[in-house]
Amino acid sequence: MTSPNAFISIQNVSKFFGTFRAIDDVSMDIGRGEFFSLLGASGCGKTTLLRMLAGFESTSQGEIYIDGQPMSEVPPHHRPVNMVFQSYAIFPHLNVRDNIAYGLRKQKLPKARRDEMVDEMLDLIKLPGYGSRKANELSGGQRQRIALARALILRPKVLLLDEPLGALDKQLREQMQLELRALQRQVGITFVFVTHDQEEALTLSDRIAVMSGGRVLQLDTPAGLYETPKSRAVASFIGNINFFRGTVRRNGGPTGAVEAEGLGVVPVPAEQLARPDGAPVLVAVRPEKFALSASRPADAAHAVAGRLKNAAYLGERSHYYLQIEGRDEPVAVSSQNLGGIGAAAGERGDATFWISWSPDSMVILEAE
Amino acid sequence: MSQGTYIKRHNRALQIYAVVFLIVLYVPVLFIPLFSFNDSVYVRFPLQGFTLQWYGELWTREPVWNALWNSVRVGAVVSVISTMLGVVAARAITRYRMPGKSALVTFIMMPLVIPGIIFGVALLVLMSRLGVPLSLYTVGLGHLIFCLPFAVATLLPRFEGFDPSMEEASMDLGENGWWTFWRVTFPMVFPGVVASLLLTFTISFDEFIMAFFLTGTDPTLPMYIWGQLRFPQEFPSVLALSALILIASFVLVFVAQWIGRVGLDQNKETP
Repeated sequence: MTSPNAFISIQNVSKFFGTFRAIDDVSMDIGRGEFFSLLGASGCGKTTLLRMLAGFESTSQGEIYIDGQPMSEVPPHHRPVNMVFQSYAIFPHLNVRDNIAYGLRKQKLPKARRDEMVDEMLDLIKLPGYGSRKANELSGGQRQRIALARALILRPKVLLLDEPLGALDKQLREQMQLELRALQRQVGITFVFVTHDQEEALTLSDRIAVMSGGRVLQLDTPAGLYETPKSRAVASFIGNINFFRGTVRRNGGPTGAVEAEGLGVVPVPAEQLARPDGAPVLVAVRPEKFALSASRPADAAHAVAGRLKNAAYLGERSHYYLQIEGRDEPVAVSSQNLGGIGAAAGERGDATFWISWSPDSMVILEAE
Repeated sequence: MSQGTYIKRHNRALQIYAVVFLIVLYVPVLFIPLFSFNDSVYVRFPLQGFTLQWYGELWTREPVWNALWNSVRVGAVVSVISTMLGVVAARAITRYRMPGKSALVTFIMMPLVIPGIIFGVALLVLMSRLGVPLSLYTVGLGHLIFCLPFAVATLLPRFEGFDPSMEEASMDLGENGWWTFWRVTFPMVFPGVVASLLLTFTISFDEFIMAFFLTGTDPTLPMYIWGQLRFPQEFPSVLALSALILIASFVLVFVAQWIGRVGLDQNKETP
C-alpha cells in the first residue's frame, strides 16, 4: 500500500469546499525524521493539507496514512500528530507551565513526574523559570517556543507547523530558524512545515513540496528546486531567474544545442534535451550564474556583451541589469562585491560589460 | 495640528449635552430614594424630616419577604437557563457556517423589540389553551424568552473575540469536544457567563409586564409593589422597597458590565 520508507503517505488526496478544489489529487510520501516543507503562495492549499494531516479538515477523496495507519476515520484528538498554530493559540487563562502540561492530563502521571517533564521542556526551549508567567506576559518568540514545547512534550510522531515564524521580526525569525532546525535534529521527530517564505523553506528543509492551485508543482531537495526547477512557475517562485525563449538545435548528433535569444547557440548536455529539433523551449539562468567582466573573458566559451541599464547595490552583492542584443528585457546579473569590477560597475552609468556563463547553469524548460 | 489632537479636543457643547442627558434620565428616579426617607405618608415638598420608619416597616412585613423569595427563585432559575442557552447559541452562531444565520440571530434578538404586552398576552392565551395553571413556572417561561436575547448579546462578543484555533489546539493536544469545552472554551468565556448571569437575573428580578399576565397566586416583587399601590398609606414603604431594588439592580448591572469586559481585549491580542 505505502512505500516502505514512507512515514506519512498522502495518496491521491483531494479536498473540495463546495465546488472549489482546495487540494487536487495530491500524492506524496514523507520519510521518518524528515524536515519536510509545504511551500506556496497564500491560497495554494498548503495550510489545508496541513490541517488534513492534523484532522481538522476531512479528505474529500484519497487517504492519508501515518505510520501505516489510515487516518480518515481518526479524529484530531486521537492522531499521533501535534501542531504549532500560526497564532500559537497559547491558552490565555493558563500559565506557561499549565499550557505545556495541557496534553498530559490523560496520561495520569504523578505530579512530580509531570513537573519534571515540563521542566525538561522549559530547558529544551531555553525558557527555564518562565513556568509561572501568563500568556500575555510573553513576547512573540516566547509564545512560539511554548507552543512548540506544548506539542513536543507529547512525543508526537509528527509535528505540524503552520507558518510558525511568520509573526516574528526578521532577526528573531532567522534565529528561530536555526533553533528550530537544531531542535528537530535533537528530538528526531518528523516535521511538516508550512511556509510561504521560500528562503525559510530552503534554509530549514530536507525536502520541499512547492504547491500551487491545490497541486504539487515539484517535490525536491532545496538544492534540487533551486538548481533544476522543472517548470517556469517553480523557477520563478524560488529565487530570481532570467528566462530566454529558445529553440532546440539537434544538428543530427546525439548531443545538441539550444539557441536562446541573445545568448546564441549553446551546446547543452543530452539529458537536458529530450526534445526534437526545432522544438521551442524556455532557457532559465539564475542571475548569479553569470560572471560579469569589463572585457571579454579569455577563457570563457560563452560570453556576450551588454550595456548597463541599471544597478542596485545590496551590500554584499549588487544586481546589474544589462541590455543584450537580440532580447528586449534586460538580463539580471548578480555579482558579489569583492571590490574591483563590482564596486566600479555601480558607479559607471552607461557602460558596456561582458557576461559569461557555463552551459551547465542553463536550465531547459517547457516553452509555454 | 494633527487629526488626533483635533478629535481629542474637549468639546464643551458635548459635555453639557451629556450632563443634561444624565440629569433628565436619572433625576426622576432619584426622587424615589429621596422620598423613601421622608417622614410623611404624602409624597410632596417640602420634605418633613428624615426617617428610617418605612424601611423598618418593610422588614417586618411577611408578604414582602415571600415576594422577594419568589423573585429570587425565578431570577436564579431564569438566569441559569438563559445563560446556558445563550452559551450554546453564541457558540453555534460564531463557530458554524449555516444557512440563514443572520435571520436566526435576528429572531433570537426579536424579544428586545417586541412589546412585552404582546408576548405576555400571547403566552397567557397559550397557557390557558394548554390548560397550564399560572404559577411561578409560567412567569419563569416568560422571563426566559425575555432574557435570552440579553444573554446572547452579552456572550456573543466573548465568542467573537475568541481565536477558534484555541479549541483546535486543545483537540490537537488530545482532548475531545467535552473536555475542550470545560478546559478551554468555558474558562475563556467565563467572565461573559458571569456577566450574563447577573444581567439576566436583574432583568427577571425587575420584570413586570410578563409577570403581570403570567403570575398565579404567588406574586413576584414587582407584582407585589403593583398590588400595594392601591393603598395610599403603604406608598412610602413601596418607595423604600423600590429604592432598595433600584440600588441592587444598579450594582448588579455595573458588576455585570465590568466583568463582561475583563480580558476581552486580551483574548484578541495577536502575538
